[in-house]
Amino acid sequence: MIAELGHFALILALCLAFAQALIPLAGTIANKALWIGTARPLSCGQFVFVAISFACLVTLFLQDDFSVAYVANNSNSLLPYYYKVSAVWGAHEGSLLLWVLILAGWTLAVAVFSRTLPADMVARVLSVMGMIAVGFYLFMLLTSNPFERILPFPPMDGKDLNPLLQDIGLIIHPPMLYMGYVGFSVAFAFAVAALLAGRMDSAWARWTRPWTNAAWSFLTVGIFLGSWWAYYELGWGGWWFWDPVENASLMPWLAGTALIHSLAVSEKRGLFRSWTLLLAILAFSLSLLGTFLVRSGVLTSVHAFATDPTRGVFILAFLGVVIGGSLLLFALRSSTIGAKASFGWLSREAGLLLNNVLLVVTLAMVLLGTLYPLVADVLGWGKISVGPPYFNFFFVPLGLLLILSMGIGANLQWKRQSTGSLLSLLKAPIVISPVLAVLWLVLAGWDLKVASLLGLTAALWLSLLTLQDIWQKTSYSGGRLAGLGRLKPGYWGMIVAHLGIAVLAIGITLTSNYSDQRDVRLVTGERIEVAGYDFLFQSVEQVRGPNYIAQQGRFAVFTTADDVDAKPFATLRPEKRRYLATGNMMTEADIDGGLFRDLYVALGEPLGDGAWSVRVYVKPYIRWIWLGAMMIALGGLIAVFDKRYRKVKVTNSAPVNSRAVNSVAVNSVPKESTPALARASKDS
Amino acid sequence: MKPARKQRLLVVVFIVVIASLVVGLLSYALRENINLFYTPSQVAAGEAPTNTQIRVGGMVVVDSLQRASDSLDSTFLVSDGTATLLIHYSGILPDLFAEDEAAVATGALGDDGVFVAQQVLAKHDEEYTPPEVADAMQQAIDKKAKAAAATTEKTDIKPVNTPKAAY
Repeated sequence: MIAELGHFALILALCLAFAQALIPLAGTIANKALWIGTARPLSCGQFVFVAISFACLVTLFLQDDFSVAYVANNSNSLLPYYYKVSAVWGAHEGSLLLWVLILAGWTLAVAVFSRTLPADMVARVLSVMGMIAVGFYLFMLLTSNPFERILPFPPMDGKDLNPLLQDIGLIIHPPMLYMGYVGFSVAFAFAVAALLAGRMDSAWARWTRPWTNAAWSFLTVGIFLGSWWAYYELGWGGWWFWDPVENASLMPWLAGTALIHSLAVSEKRGLFRSWTLLLAILAFSLSLLGTFLVRSGVLTSVHAFATDPTRGVFILAFLGVVIGGSLLLFALRSSTIGAKASFGWLSREAGLLLNNVLLVVTLAMVLLGTLYPLVADVLGWGKISVGPPYFNFFFVPLGLLLILSMGIGANLQWKRQSTGSLLSLLKAPIVISPVLAVLWLVLAGWDLKVASLLGLTAALWLSLLTLQDIWQKTSYSGGRLAGLGRLKPGYWGMIVAHLGIAVLAIGITLTSNYSDQRDVRLVTGERIEVAGYDFLFQSVEQVRGPNYIAQQGRFAVFTTADDVDAKPFATLRPEKRRYLATGNMMTEADIDGGLFRDLYVALGEPLGDGAWSVRVYVKPYIRWIWLGAMMIALGGLIAVFDKRYRKVKVTNSAPVNSRAVNSVAVNSVPKESTPALARASKDS
Repeated sequence: MKPARKQRLLVVVFIVVIASLVVGLLSYALRENINLFYTPSQVAAGEAPTNTQIRVGGMVVVDSLQRASDSLDSTFLVSDGTATLLIHYSGILPDLFAEDEAAVATGALGDDGVFVAQQVLAKHDEEYTPPEVADAMQQAIDKKAKAAAATTEKTDIKPVNTPKAAY
């Protein structure tokens, strides 16, 4: 009954999405205020029905209704209730339902928080989001229905959730990632709406910025959680593998990062407009690609398409319509929105242009490396995998270049900066950062390596320049504290995010150059010394969890200077679990974390005679990677709260023909007047 | 030309130059860093290059896994049904590594015909067989069938333990 209710709610949501895609847009064309006005109520209705549908699926999981195929394949009666809930998005069908729920949520948010926007703009944006939703509903209902029953003989118990996914990181990782992916649909919808309307001005950029920032922050958190999960759950101690699944989330992030910077130029100076639109389209297209790459199974085998041709064909067709359609629209309309301002070669605009070029090149590199094996397989060039060396070969120099130019770029002024004034800004950091880098390594007692010196120098360079910028921005007011108070959230967001990049770079540099990793054979009672820590393998015991049996190792850790009788300062209990429903083996590492080093122990396999293969790792500064990622996400979030984005009255610095359009934004309250005015502004 | 237009032209030229440079570098690096997959039959036939990073895979032969008693060194045979290949690995084998199950190894083939693996991957759940391995097994079966059809003498070809492919 509940399954049928959920299914029915999903169909109703599809119908409402259809209406939402067509009626408001038709209203903007036919100039009918009543039709335009349906956009908001339809979005609310659509959200309500998807929410009902999602609640039904959650209920089915909590009630262990194994007559529903999706529940039977991904849950088990022994599973704790919180994993039953997270199992909802553990596989293809349910994660699509989560996707549309989040899409409906973003749509609702746009409908609610867009009071200051012209009604016809809101109508176009919501219509475009409705179109995307229609595609996903159709995909689910036609090919991947999560409410399908196994009748008349339902299984007694479920097949259980993949043990790798039974983890707190995986409860929150997919929703965060999807918040990011789907959030880019807002920027996409704004871009398509701008193309449909044939106008894009700094007010447009100002509306789009907070939405893009929010989505980008969520995506950052999602990627960071995925990396963190891989670190402690996969049992290899790595934090990034250049796996296609990871690349699929990195690509929209790179496009999104380029987009938020390009939006800044479009807002402040009215430049890069077509490019900004193109990036908005690109970011969302890559989000779609990412979702489908991961969820369609095409990565494990291109033949996954062959077994279920409807799914594969639908995916390709949908991607084709969204990407092809929006690019076609772009090609037809982008000439109407060109800009006429110019800028100096030493200016913030030029800096941001360089930022965009570097980010897009990095993106192209990742895209090529990720898709090449698929293309090769389809064309019969053999089975190929592209390894981490390819990605590192490009990513490391590009990343360094990006960090170095980031420090300078944020210090540049709009329009034009004199070479002399720039050099005076840079001279202190140029000397101090390499000296500090050497000092850091020497004090920590590490060898001086070129790679680590470069990485540290770049990170310190960025930090120093960023801090120096704050110092300068607060210097000319009545006291430093008052100066700090005057800085806007938009500025603080940039500062926090850029410092986050520096922290991330330090973490990556130090952990990849100075980690001590040993895979060893140990018998209980034996000890091993790694990087100044003494690990004593004390015992292995059998313990029982809710749905697994585990061999639990016990390792006491001493600092080497301690004598044998000293109390260990940490005890680590890594586990080797066997899940009862599937018989799958799982490694559960145990980590003693700290700001400056992680002690990491994972059990490999029993080798007989009480011996085990064991991974013992000491990883310096690895937490800085995730600390940096959190700062980056926080920076994006802080910028969302800049009041500037919510002002109804517009102050505009763009020298383009946007005065007429701004008056539209100001007069947006009476709904009927806007389409006519919009047309007037286009003609002017 | 107007200054704004001239600047835009310069920007475009700059982007085109950078982009073509990058594409050239990318395709070069890609060619250097791709790992081709070979089946044990192909290795036996001498088709695989030696001392170059490649990937091989097949089903782990029953009772072939041997471990050293004082280190993490281990050796095992993988088979695609017609040929077997000896793999040497020093490290921790993955959770789902087991005999009579599929495995894929990344490493290099030595001149002595032993494959030294740097990384061994096993299937990640019960249902899944790496597509390369499933393909290799299928190829071996096809080849046998063809040989059998050609000679028409041997009619007793059994399909060897074909893995249940996930696709």
